[in-house]
Amino acid sequence: MTAKTQNPGGLPPFELALEEHGPLVYSWLIARVGPDRADDVFQETMLSALGVWEKAAVESVRAWLFTIARNKAVDDDRRASRRPLLQEETDSWPSAEAVEWLEDPVWDEVRGLPEKQRIAVTLRYRGDLSHREVGSAMKISEAAARRNVHEGLKTLRERIGDE
Amino acid sequence: MSEIEKKLGRTPKTDWDVLRQGLLDRAEAEELIDLAYERHDSPFGTLLVIAGDGGIVRISLAAEPEEEVLAGLTRRISPRIARLGRDEITLAREQLDSYFAGSLRNFDLPLDWRLTKGFRRDVLVQTAAIPYGATASYSEVAGRAGSPKAVRAAGTALATNPLPIVVPCHRVLRSDGEAGSYLGGSEMKEALLEMERERA
Repeated sequence: MTAKTQNPGGLPPFELALEEHGPLVYSWLIARVGPDRADDVFQETMLSALGVWEKAAVESVRAWLFTIARNKAVDDDRRASRRPLLQEETDSWPSAEAVEWLEDPVWDEVRGLPEKQRIAVTLRYRGDLSHREVGSAMKISEAAARRNVHEGLKTLRERIGDE
Repeated sequence: MSEIEKKLGRTPKTDWDVLRQGLLDRAEAEELIDLAYERHDSPFGTLLVIAGDGGIVRISLAAEPEEEVLAGLTRRISPRIARLGRDEITLAREQLDSYFAGSLRNFDLPLDWRLTKGFRRDVLVQTAAIPYGATASYSEVAGRAGSPKAVRAAGTALATNPLPIVVPCHRVLRSDGEAGSYLGGSEMKEALLEMERERA
């Protein structure tokens, strides 16, 4: 065994991160790419993270995983757009089948939000990220993330009312 | 929290175990996992059986919280740890079951000693040579490892044994014949010694 630390990035054991963040990342991918593609994109995301696990130095493991997931989803969109039969999936976000899969009609309304609000609200509530982590995953400031979530919620309230 | 926020926060149900296993199968195929482990129910609570490249590298007793064991392995070996099966873990679990049932006297497993070195490793190697049903004192073990006066250091080596049960630190007793401390509790130590005495 070498004397120097084996884990300069200070990341937690992969197992603990997988159990703590994996289901949230997966849920977000369900909303983002639809249930048919979510399994594969999720595995690509976690394998990609695992490949640099002992080297990565990140502030928030969860936000880092969401950033990778978003990039993998974009990669997958590009592949999907080369598959003619699936072209329509890339036009909507989340896809129609994903919305159907999500159990509450409120997600139909989320789908109709402007892009940044839609992503911020989904990360905040489907992925359970803090505003700071939402900002980190979207590469915007914490304040901008908070504003997008707030605006998104306001729009949802106007459209469906809040008892 | 508003009603809309509650609705938004409801997490969907996924077949997480299937997804997780598929991911870990791929990770194993790509050799991305350095340490694999499984939980093993025993008469003394849940043990963790952990394997590295060279064989079984660590066995933890029920008294050690899983998160702490994983954190220690992360510091000392690698953070690429996942809960999944491997052949040597299955073999170790079968032998542990047989040992606890009283039908196995000597473990025959590939062991990875990298979590211990120097005098501490020498002490543990000597401890591994104590036969089933026999015992030795801390000073005897220290002497066999080459330093009869290093009784305290021998005690530390045994208290930090990464492979308890398989490397039978429970067979090392105080010079006055008292069992002495054990990471799994003195009751577990006494119980193991009594089981071995009866069957030796």
